[in-house]
Amino acid sequence: LKDEYDVIVVGAGPAGSMAARFAAEKGVSVIILEKDRDVGYPVRCGEAISKAGVEEFIPIDEKWISAKINKFALVSPDGCEAVIEFGDAGYVLERRIFDYELAKTAADKGAVILTKAYVNGLLFNGDKIAGVKYEFRGEQKEVKGKIVIAADGVESRVARWAGLQTYTDFRDMECCVQVTASNINIDPNTLYFYFGENIAPNGYLWVFPKSGGCANIGVGVGGMVGKKKSALSYLNDFMDKKYPDAPVLTSIAGGVPSTPTLKKISAPGIIIAGDAARQVNPLSGGGIASGMIGGSIAGRIAAESVIRNKPDHIFSYDIEWNNRLGKRHETFNRIKNGIYNFSDEKFNNIAASFLKAPGNKRSLRSLFTVALFNNPSLLIDIAKVFI
Amino acid sequence: MNLMKRKRNLIWSLIKHNMFRQAKTGILLIDIISSKCDLCGCCVGICPEDAIELKESEIFIIDERCTNCSKCIWSCPIEAIKFNKDGVPV
Repeated sequence: LKDEYDVIVVGAGPAGSMAARFAAEKGVSVIILEKDRDVGYPVRCGEAISKAGVEEFIPIDEKWISAKINKFALVSPDGCEAVIEFGDAGYVLERRIFDYELAKTAADKGAVILTKAYVNGLLFNGDKIAGVKYEFRGEQKEVKGKIVIAADGVESRVARWAGLQTYTDFRDMECCVQVTASNINIDPNTLYFYFGENIAPNGYLWVFPKSGGCANIGVGVGGMVGKKKSALSYLNDFMDKKYPDAPVLTSIAGGVPSTPTLKKISAPGIIIAGDAARQVNPLSGGGIASGMIGGSIAGRIAAESVIRNKPDHIFSYDIEWNNRLGKRHETFNRIKNGIYNFSDEKFNNIAASFLKAPGNKRSLRSLFTVALFNNPSLLIDIAKVFI
Repeated sequence: MNLMKRKRNLIWSLIKHNMFRQAKTGILLIDIISSKCDLCGCCVGICPEDAIELKESEIFIIDERCTNCSKCIWSCPIEAIKFNKDGVPV
């Protein structure tokens, strides 16, 4: 362990690991500081990801795939299931193994990983960020670095210490709880999404299949909803109604910052990536793929900036991220706001008219058509996604 | 410094929690029940004052920074944060 590294990455999730890997690949020295004892644990995630999202970064390996997905089922408040088929749409992952493998790819490129290292402050040299302070097994330590990549997740504080405003408005935070239950009798290749004011207001409830008859059942509700009723009680209501006897294997909580990316995700000496920068698809709440993309851009730009000795180069991260996904997420956010304002009646109407179409003509497109018919103002936003 | 903010927030908290007579000003009234807490970090992410510290297996509120705004209570998915009208020992 050296006293000084070129790049310091805080957090060993998908974004942090990718940032470290892409920086180390360019030949700079990298250290990852992770606060927990294990990389990849505790899992705080629904674990679904699109096929393209994984394949960009790591070859598919059966050991971290729990289920293969080729269908989506959108369930309306009155129980109608609108099933949409895709070719090879995606996977449900085994995150504790997946994150571990991702971190290993970073280590293979030469990144140093330190677990149980809790970052609790930044080192400054004048105005410039010169490294981080961290607590390691009860001892306060310091490590110097040229660039800090803050990939410290939804509970991000590192960027705040650098003077960026990064906290999420509580109304935009999707508060989630999830259980992994066994003996769930569902199609093993379908992701189920439940909508409705009594099921998950300002959010949705998901049932994602996993191997061996298990499933991740979780609910995310908007922060405003939490004032009256917590996400936990919504999930308990659903479990009591639908799967009262299912044994629960794990239960977790977590927050999804479902807003577009922060306005400013880089500052002198610091780059923010992943959930910390709110690089989350606000419509689906999915953040694994976009976190990895954000991390990879962050890592590459940090390394380039070190190699060329141009500290200003890191500001191009904002532009590159916006071109890659940032603008898209803004549109998704508008669609989300449209959909979350739908009433139960509207959801029921959409599902009913969708089911009237003959089976072979049911696609995401026809679902959108019906949704548009119910809410024409969505048209503009959807058009922007495809243009 | 935060005393002003605390007093202002207190009014809203009092209306919300309907306990005008009992609560005290100027002291920490937000209580994280560590036995219930899952250490998910939701509250840390929404805290506008950067007043919650989350380590590997412990979580606590930094008394000098907290303004009792109650946002963490609403955002907690598992009801592990409560408003304590008598004040929380620091």
